[in-house]
Amino acid sequence: MRRLRFSQQEIVFVVFAALFAIFSVFLKGFLTTGNMLTLLQNVAVLGILGLAMAVVVLGRGIDISLIAALAVPPGLVLQMVQDGHGLGFSICVALALTIAFGLFNGWLVAYAEVPSLFATLASGLLLAGLGQSMLFQLDVVQWSDGMKGFERLGQGSVLGVPTPIIMFALACLVVAFLLRRTRWGAYIYSIGDNPFAARVTGIPTRPIIVLQYVLAALIGCFAGFVMAASVNSMPTRIFNSTLIYDVILVVVLGGIGLSGGRGGVMNVVIGTLLIGTMLNGMTIMDLSYSAQNLVKGVVLLAAVITDSFLNPRNEETAQQGDI
Amino acid sequence: MKLTMKWGLGALAALGLATTAVAPAFANKGLDEPFQAQFRKELAGKVVAYVPVAMNFDLTEGWWAGLKKELEPYGVKFEIRDPNWNTNAGAQAVTSLISEKPAVIVVHNPDVQTYAKLLQRAEKEGIYVIQINMGSAYRSTAFVGANWIEIGEKDTEAVVKACAGKSNKIAIVQGALSAAASAYTLKGVENVLAKHPEIKVVSSQAADWDAAKAKAITQTVLKQNPDLCGIVGFWDGMDIGTGAAVKEAGLTGKVFVATSGGGERKGACDQVKSGAFDLDLSYDVPTQAAQMAGTIKWLLSSGVKAGTVKGSEYTTLIPITKANADSQIACWNLSDFKK
Repeated sequence: MRRLRFSQQEIVFVVFAALFAIFSVFLKGFLTTGNMLTLLQNVAVLGILGLAMAVVVLGRGIDISLIAALAVPPGLVLQMVQDGHGLGFSICVALALTIAFGLFNGWLVAYAEVPSLFATLASGLLLAGLGQSMLFQLDVVQWSDGMKGFERLGQGSVLGVPTPIIMFALACLVVAFLLRRTRWGAYIYSIGDNPFAARVTGIPTRPIIVLQYVLAALIGCFAGFVMAASVNSMPTRIFNSTLIYDVILVVVLGGIGLSGGRGGVMNVVIGTLLIGTMLNGMTIMDLSYSAQNLVKGVVLLAAVITDSFLNPRNEETAQQGDI
Repeated sequence: MKLTMKWGLGALAALGLATTAVAPAFANKGLDEPFQAQFRKELAGKVVAYVPVAMNFDLTEGWWAGLKKELEPYGVKFEIRDPNWNTNAGAQAVTSLISEKPAVIVVHNPDVQTYAKLLQRAEKEGIYVIQINMGSAYRSTAFVGANWIEIGEKDTEAVVKACAGKSNKIAIVQGALSAAASAYTLKGVENVLAKHPEIKVVSSQAADWDAAKAKAITQTVLKQNPDLCGIVGFWDGMDIGTGAAVKEAGLTGKVFVATSGGGERKGACDQVKSGAFDLDLSYDVPTQAAQMAGTIKWLLSSGVKAGTVKGSEYTTLIPITKANADSQIACWNLSDFKK
């Protein structure tokens, strides 16, 4: 007899579907096209960040510095334009900074062999500190006239679909293509699955790890552009917020194991949808802040506990490098 | 007789000459103002310590620049402790300052309770404590800052007025739940709503002073209530997101957005001009800084014992609307102010 087994992805999808059904029936104004688009738009940036995190987690790493990559390079663009530089030049400088930052992260993890958790924890602080003390005048970098046109990245809509959703979809396509259709993507999976076996079979593990962190930083920076364009400013203080936990949550909840090698873009999408549905429903119900936190905690715990009941861990399934 | 006349005349003439000779000399020799030397002595070398909740934003940078501008020429020394949004680090900073004994501590409280006992101890030790914008439960020598209740009331009154004859549905975008400024403002909102039972609050949520969160909440609320007639926001830095959501929904001008802030040009006047806000109540930061500096001058020169006098200087608000957003004096500019 075959035992009934669900993967975490399926469990979360069931939770999402149940929540969605309940809200659709009982919450007036939830199941409308307008609200669905708002729901997606509100979690688009979180979803893009989830993709960046997924690229690293799949290779058995973690990138805590993602929020710094989201805040500092786009903030730098806004600041430089405010100081009178051209938009194109500013974006180039920001991208160069992002790539340098990704290379630094990758070098720390792949060559200096610092565990990714500590390496990125420190490097994130470094980049955020650099921004705060040397690059920005104020925590919130304001929009200026020179940025004209750039706001289209995060505002307005194409064929009725708000731009941030399109940006999220684009990012999904690019990352999915990269992970599933290119050799580099296959390497990332194999490194996440078993780094030693990957090295033995001749995969250039160290350069691929560096590539992961560069990609993550670039996707993070892209999320920052979308966010800045959407609120017409870059609140760089977001680095001090708990956003990074939400990002990890989206990834883990969606079913990408922190032990690497399992999952893909679909998992990020599902994790993002669950978070988005919860937030949207609770906002419509006008629940208080504390009540929202309570509900969020309960739903997430329920998903995780169900997973560990249905898929118990043992020596076989637990892998080295698990957090 | 003739002789005496002559002598007398001569004496008179001599006297006259002498007077004309002496009088200009008397006017050339200035008069010493009796108090200024003492004033300068009292200020020179005194230390003013500054503990904001964090640097790097318009309010705290503005106060700092304003205090320095006013007091540094008199030889006042400055010390800054930046807890960077960390309440514990702030409490430690105040504790260590008490033992260092500066003349004045200017403190920006993260909440009502955390620093209260410490500030009381500081004044017992003879340090003047000036609280700026966000007060604690302990009333110290001086409080300089906005009256949050008044801000809540004025913003809500404006929204209620704009709603007259419309749907009467409004939304409230609060700051962080732990912040006294947010709770006080909410009280002001409630005060006005109690008088207007026809107004219906469809959403009242905390956006944590975060523009992205404010935008997300406002978007959802506007989708559910496209006939919303007004929004009361609690800080212009956060309500950039609120305004962006209204603009994206194509409801600029239909939904009245009222908020408050420090009146920095990019965050206030420019936003009002762009239509993001209809009303931004400004607690003009340079004025607040000047009031603090004035209070410090008075305290240091008076020699009054710390903690024996206690008073408040609530900031007179500047309502920024389309009517005055273009004027040179409604807003201030941080980069110019720091020069």
